[in-house]
Amino acid sequence: MTTTDLLLQFVFSGLMVGSIYALIALGFTIVYTATEAINFAQGEFVMLGGMTAVALVGTGMPLLAAFAGSVLIVTLVGLLLERLTLAPLKNVSLTNLIIITIGGSIFLKGSAMLLWGKDAAALPSYSGDTPIRVLGASFLPQALWIIGTAMVVVVLVRTFFARTTTGQAMRAVAANRFAATLVGINVKAMTAYSFALAAAVGAVAGIIITPVALTQFDRGTMLGLKGFSAAVLGGMGSSPGAVVGGLLLGVLESLGGGFISSAYKDAIAFILLIIVLLVRPQGILGAPARRRA
Amino acid sequence: MKSTIDRLPHRTALAVFLVLVAVLPLVVPSKYFISILVLAGFNVMLVLGLNLVMGYTGQVSLGHAGFYGLGAYASGVLTTKYGFNPWVAMGAALVICAIASGLIGAAALRLQGYYLSMATLGFGIILYILFGELAWLTGGPSGLTGIPEFRIGALRFASDVPYYYLVWSIVGALLLFSFHLVDSRVGRSLRSIQGDEIAASLVGINTWATKVQIFVIGACMASLAGSLYAHYVTVLTPDSFGFMLSIEIVVMVIVGGSGSIWGGLLGAVLLTLLPEYLRAMKDYDVLIYGAIVILVVMFLPRGIGGGIEHRLRQRMLARRGD
Repeated sequence: MTTTDLLLQFVFSGLMVGSIYALIALGFTIVYTATEAINFAQGEFVMLGGMTAVALVGTGMPLLAAFAGSVLIVTLVGLLLERLTLAPLKNVSLTNLIIITIGGSIFLKGSAMLLWGKDAAALPSYSGDTPIRVLGASFLPQALWIIGTAMVVVVLVRTFFARTTTGQAMRAVAANRFAATLVGINVKAMTAYSFALAAAVGAVAGIIITPVALTQFDRGTMLGLKGFSAAVLGGMGSSPGAVVGGLLLGVLESLGGGFISSAYKDAIAFILLIIVLLVRPQGILGAPARRRA
Repeated sequence: MKSTIDRLPHRTALAVFLVLVAVLPLVVPSKYFISILVLAGFNVMLVLGLNLVMGYTGQVSLGHAGFYGLGAYASGVLTTKYGFNPWVAMGAALVICAIASGLIGAAALRLQGYYLSMATLGFGIILYILFGELAWLTGGPSGLTGIPEFRIGALRFASDVPYYYLVWSIVGALLLFSFHLVDSRVGRSLRSIQGDEIAASLVGINTWATKVQIFVIGACMASLAGSLYAHYVTVLTPDSFGFMLSIEIVVMVIVGGSGSIWGGLLGAVLLTLLPEYLRAMKDYDVLIYGAIVILVVMFLPRGIGGGIEHRLRQRMLARRGD
């Protein structure tokens, strides 16, 4: 393979993994805009999506039905997490809110381990495992499914926020909570919707990545942290930022792992996190950060 | 105004603490339990440091395990590869941690928001990866072995009971240090920043420098705990310093009571003992741990110690009102 072929190969696999990061980052962004909190259970939604789909396929369900069923179940889990832990609380501090999502994340991880054991599980690819060759690079058909599905989800989420009343109400809450309350928006309900939506998006990411990367009860933490780095890179609170950050992180990680050192591949996301903080704290597309008072 | 440490409840609490620490090894059921108490001592140091950071800067550090690991590996590497005396290595580790945390704090605390959390999260995970990958220096995943124990003259801190007294004496010193710090100029500046950051800067407090100072102090306490850990277990593997440990330390602070020194101590000890008892629950332990975290934050938002302190203060105020 020539260097150009390798470059093409790495960029393409980077875009595939980056699509996953983009979806996870989008999940962070959705909850962040509604609550200003970072939802540390986001990675567990991804893991649950993959594990639930595996379990459903195991019962003999067709792949497409398992996909839908898994998204539905994980959405309900996200909704329940918010309804049972955050909804009953009044005047909860932002730190405590984050700690509750951390507790939720540990709880979900423990539940998955109990339900499905500690072994990694796989799903069949959607259209076979024969590599497709383009120019000098080759990739699995599943990569196209991943990138395509992620694009569809991003467009759907954007349409939801732009066109539906609920989506517009959620944006109003993000812009100004108090004003949103004054015009009669149920702010608490919007928080619940944001968790449900973030869970659904996370579940999709978990289901489509499983055929190439497997799934396991403890996969969620690292995926969540990388998705978080992607969200910060793109600009916390910006949906286009989440997509840009996710894809960029995926490509840089793939290039760094391929050309520099595969041992430090996992560190790239976190080195970027610190560089962003030093150079451009608001991220690529975020609103400028406030200096300290 | 009397300083915090001179007030009666604190004096009583300190006396009770000292007596408890002194007699516990004589009454506990097994040697194994003493080793758990030694580990609890490390956790108390970690929590004391993080508690100062969280309670007084309002920011969560998500990489505290990184400073713990940095202290441990600095001590381990300097003693095994460069022949340092363990006590000197502990001091060198402190300097390394102070410089690292000073740089991170100085950069991250310029801004309002989550930036300290993000920077420490990244820093902690990068360090964890380095501990594993720099195998020529750290021994990598198979571990750094042969770390020597502490000695004073003929006294060797090799078995559990002497180590217990060493660790808990240092815990006691750090407790006193924390109380005095809270009452010092720095402590008063911190409280004013907590109350109203803009007002604090108007009366001439350099809010940035004060926060950086407290962050460095917190990291140094973690480094100290790390060095003590290294010379206790004598073998280091990266897995002892992962992201989950950073999270567990945060949870100990919150469960104990953010901003409450005694609460932090209580939280650290309780949550070190908890997994020992949850082990009987077999595979349910992780799930139950998560549920406990959620329930404590939901029903005791000030934490266990913070809740008790709040009650006591209200009772004192009510009595004064009579």
